[in-house]
Amino acid sequence: MGNYFKLAALGCITLFAAVAANWGRDVAYTVHAVIIMVIAGAMFLQVLRRIDEPVQQVATDGYMDDVVRAGVIATGFWGVVGFLVGVVIAFQLAFPALNFEFLQPYGNFGRLRPLHTSAVIFAFGGNALIMSSFYIVQRTCGARLWGGNLSWFVFWGYNLFIVLAATGYLLGATQSKEYAEPEWYVDIWLTIVWVAFLLVYLGTIFKRTEKHIYVANWFLLSFIITVAMLHIINNLSIPVSIWGSKSVQIFAGVQDAMTQWWYGHNAVGFFLTAGFLGMMYYFVPKQAGRPVYSYKLSIIHFWALIFLYIWAGPHHLHYTALPDWASTLGMVFSIILWMPSWGGMINGLMTLQGAWDKLRTDPIIRMMVISLAFYGMSTFEGPMMSIRAVNSLSHYTDWTIGHVHSGALGWNGMITFSAFYFLTPKLWGRAQMYSMSAINWHFWLATIGIILYAASMWVTGIMEGLMWREVDANGFLVNSFADTVSAKFPMYVVRGLGGVLYLSGALIMAWNMWMTIRGGVRLSAPVGVPAE
Amino acid sequence: MSSEDKDIDKVTGIDTTGHTWDGIRELNNPLPRWWLWTFYLTIIWGIGYTIAFPAWPMIRSATGGLLGYSTRAEVAADITRFEEANAEISAQLAAADLNTLAENEELQRFATSAGGAVFRNNCSQCHGSGAAGAIGYPNLLDDDWLWGGDFENVEYTIRHGIRNEEDWDARYSEMIAYDEVLTNEEVDQVVNHVLAISGQEHDATLASAGEGLFLDNCAACHGDAGLGNRDLGAPNLTDAIWLYGGDPVTLEETIRYARFGVMPPWGERLSEAEIKAVTAYVHQLGGGEE
Repeated sequence: MGNYFKLAALGCITLFAAVAANWGRDVAYTVHAVIIMVIAGAMFLQVLRRIDEPVQQVATDGYMDDVVRAGVIATGFWGVVGFLVGVVIAFQLAFPALNFEFLQPYGNFGRLRPLHTSAVIFAFGGNALIMSSFYIVQRTCGARLWGGNLSWFVFWGYNLFIVLAATGYLLGATQSKEYAEPEWYVDIWLTIVWVAFLLVYLGTIFKRTEKHIYVANWFLLSFIITVAMLHIINNLSIPVSIWGSKSVQIFAGVQDAMTQWWYGHNAVGFFLTAGFLGMMYYFVPKQAGRPVYSYKLSIIHFWALIFLYIWAGPHHLHYTALPDWASTLGMVFSIILWMPSWGGMINGLMTLQGAWDKLRTDPIIRMMVISLAFYGMSTFEGPMMSIRAVNSLSHYTDWTIGHVHSGALGWNGMITFSAFYFLTPKLWGRAQMYSMSAINWHFWLATIGIILYAASMWVTGIMEGLMWREVDANGFLVNSFADTVSAKFPMYVVRGLGGVLYLSGALIMAWNMWMTIRGGVRLSAPVGVPAE
Repeated sequence: MSSEDKDIDKVTGIDTTGHTWDGIRELNNPLPRWWLWTFYLTIIWGIGYTIAFPAWPMIRSATGGLLGYSTRAEVAADITRFEEANAEISAQLAAADLNTLAENEELQRFATSAGGAVFRNNCSQCHGSGAAGAIGYPNLLDDDWLWGGDFENVEYTIRHGIRNEEDWDARYSEMIAYDEVLTNEEVDQVVNHVLAISGQEHDATLASAGEGLFLDNCAACHGDAGLGNRDLGAPNLTDAIWLYGGDPVTLEETIRYARFGVMPPWGERLSEAEIKAVTAYVHQLGGGEE
């Protein structure tokens, strides 16, 4: 019976997508309709072929780790793709000739840039969060994921969202909201997937066998709920036609800008901070084998963080049409947010109390420590940059880009890499990673890459901020905009090289993970003993 | 948490909360004092700051803050400060005769630095930040002028622009697209004639055949010898300076499809003193004529 219902639903979707592909008003919409038609059609045939086969009994005891394994692979794949596109656009800025004529308009910086940001934040970061929250919630609740195959729907549905978003950017569909570029139907699809994610997560927490809810789950749950709220409100729009990708935002002017940066800032706050703190609160104590430093600190900094973060958005709109009062509040909440953010760093680092010696022997712990260090640095830099006077220098400059990347490459990237190194052997039943020295290589390549990236962007950001405001004795501007652009060239090259290092580290990691999954451990000769 | 759950961590000697999740325990450490006090300090500072600055939304408007601060007022004050400081000399410049500007060294220096800023903000997008131009946008550093390079002509061009629809006094002229007037062979002949008069490599037979065509079709604007006509903005074709390019391919494109370079009028956007200043700036770049 269920199968017949499935067939009917899939058939309808295939038919509708075929009609949509035929009537589509723009390329992106038509291509998306074709993608959906092909997927739904293939699933229809799959169900049809098996309709008379007896239903196989699926094991429902134990933890559900297949979906986590798929998530680890997807995260690694999207990470490499996202870093690669980042390196390409970094060099496009340094050498505009790399916007090759034959790649226009698809390979233009303007289309590749959202592809890069979405690939690293949503594809890499999002898959990392979904994968590790599925892993963590089962372990810390002592319960199998709720909802049967619903978690598979979340995984595939989310990755379909990424494919639709990415192809849409390349084909020119965007609603021009930073980090919220996908058009209306892609947004609706993500909403459905996200509600399913929330249900799986909540369902698992409800059927937990532990009495209390572990702190990692507070953070992950706040991330899931808040992102749903942000996503829905910031994407409220009316489609121009149901056969086209274009839509019109319901907010206008400064209200639209404020909604966008309320969303944008909390994408940082709840996606990249709260969610990844959830990961940190599980993987750091597990890898270090030590208790979390302070239960009290985790409660206070959790509630302070989620209460304060949501108000800090206006600091993205200092000195704009936004009224001064809103801008002041954004700045004040950002500064008060400093200590609650640091609470996570303190709790993470101090958990290593009694395990500091592992810094010498365990490259995974080293990665976690550098990740927390970058977290601490960027959550200090952020409040500082939100101060109006500092912002008048830093706003619109590359300093912002450097700030974002020290957080993203340092904190989000490194904590995800260490989660990979923790999870891969466990999920595939290996004793440890294939090569420990490759982890070391990855650590140093990534760290030096981040330092080159952040340092070059500080230099060029502050330089261009100073050049923009430079006036002579009579108050006349000294530099033209193009002067500041050409002055940045050497720093753009350094930044690109930093990206290359970071990408090479990730490739080494991908190779190391692949070899671990295939099985086997690389035997390494003890240091100082010549090979025979 | 009941007391029998109590469990002391051996390494630190601190008791734990007694909960365990997948082997993870939690220590009962207090909040770090420095952390807590810094947190309190930022809150106290925040309250003070929101009293001093515009912050809290009320029913009809927001609190203005004790300091009466406003970002708009701050910018306006900055602008006023510079405008007041420059008021006297700006008025002097607005009324000045640019031809005698060189006699007043202070005014000339002011005009050049003000004009440089106007140029970098408004003109550099097309003419380049160093004023060296680009394909289709004239180089302002040389002494080759389409419409004239003395103060009056430069000022007129800046004020009214070229071939735009906004200003009825804009400089205007229009080249004919010869694609449908001349045959392919004739276009080739004219191209070779232009190559010949500009001293480039050319086919002498084609060039001499093109001379008559040039006189019939092009000389009205560019002159019999191709020396150009500034009243019509018609470029001199005998020198090595080209607005779009002097190679055979570009010349053919220009002859077939013509060119229609547009410059916006700045008379409405810039003040009188700014127009004078940017005129003086462009004039002193290297090609200014008396």
